[in-house]
Amino acid sequence: MDETKQAVTVDREIDLKGEVCPYTFVKSKLALEEMLAGQVLRIIVDHVPATRNVPRSMENEGNEVIGISQINNSDWQILVRKRE
Amino acid sequence: MFGFTEEEVKRYSRHIILKEVGGTGQRKLREARVLVVGVGGLGSPASYYLAAAGVGTIGIVDSDFVELSNLQRQILHRTDDIGRQKTESGAERLHALNPGVSVVKHAVKLSKDNVTDIIGAYDVIIDGVDNFAARYLLNDACFFQKKPLVEAGVLQFLGQIMTIVPGQGPCYRCVFPEPPPPGSVPSCQEAGILGAVPGVLGTLQAAEALKLILGIGKPLIGRIIIYEALSGSFREVRFNPNPRCPLCGERPTIAELTEYPFECGVQQGADNFTVNER
Ligand SMILES: [Zn+2]
Repeated sequence: MDETKQAVTVDREIDLKGEVCPYTFVKSKLALEEMLAGQVLRIIVDHVPATRNVPRSMENEGNEVIGISQINNSDWQILVRKRE
Repeated sequence: MFGFTEEEVKRYSRHIILKEVGGTGQRKLREARVLVVGVGGLGSPASYYLAAAGVGTIGIVDSDFVELSNLQRQILHRTDDIGRQKTESGAERLHALNPGVSVVKHAVKLSKDNVTDIIGAYDVIIDGVDNFAARYLLNDACFFQKKPLVEAGVLQFLGQIMTIVPGQGPCYRCVFPEPPPPGSVPSCQEAGILGAVPGVLGTLQAAEALKLILGIGKPLIGRIIIYEALSGSFREVRFNPNPRCPLCGERPTIAELTEYPFECGVQQGADNFTVNER
């Protein structure tokens, strides 16, 4: 996971610290809808269940989850590539 | 975010989550204009769900005043509203549910002189009327104006719904070419109605209108869904456009709007469908 994180270019970042489900997904989805196919969204969350729920929902909609990783004591990043 | 306020993101989150809706669909709903003709048994739940869904502009047409006997099924109005114009109490209730939608009040009786103007400003029309005159007038006007019409009727324990999109399938007259002779069908006052039946059908009408706006799923074009509350069953009757339809057939005889005498009621039963059932 960590090596792919280095390889991708992030096109947009969204800070969802303090948000809980389902708004973590709702807001990520809205952000992704404004982006172009193939672009990468970096989502920062501190709500642990979101690290499972957001990727699952993103994949359900046909997007590619590139990686999920903890970036510090409280925060995670989720990298999603918008479906073509 | 995506042109939504924080409040809108939360209010519509369960829509936005849906793959078929999303922020794009929710924006379509906000830009949409839906006309609900009659805010009675059908129009109450229909308009309420449209407001809840965030349909940006909802027109309501009704010339009646709230009566005590309405409240058994017309859930948009309350006991305190008795004596008020239905468009007034209706608009107030829709605003209370969702201050973000605008409600246009048309406190008029639909006639051949005003129907074209009224429907002209809307994308989808919901038929929630209780009489043949308005039902045929609305069907014909929507056909001439090429407006999608979500048609429903209820009587006693029965309800039926169909969606009419001009040029894409049959119209109401394909199935029921003319209103029945006066007095041949019991009126709703005489026949009675289980209040929850228009609740079911009005809710289905809202769902159909939302599908049309979002461009998702299969509208009920050329399909009548019949709900029979006593047996608890839904059935679907499919039918084709009727080449002998007086409105949309090969040799139409109706070239302009006509007004039938006011007669309360709705046509029911599959007998009528056998001619062109497919
Ligand atoms: Zn027809």
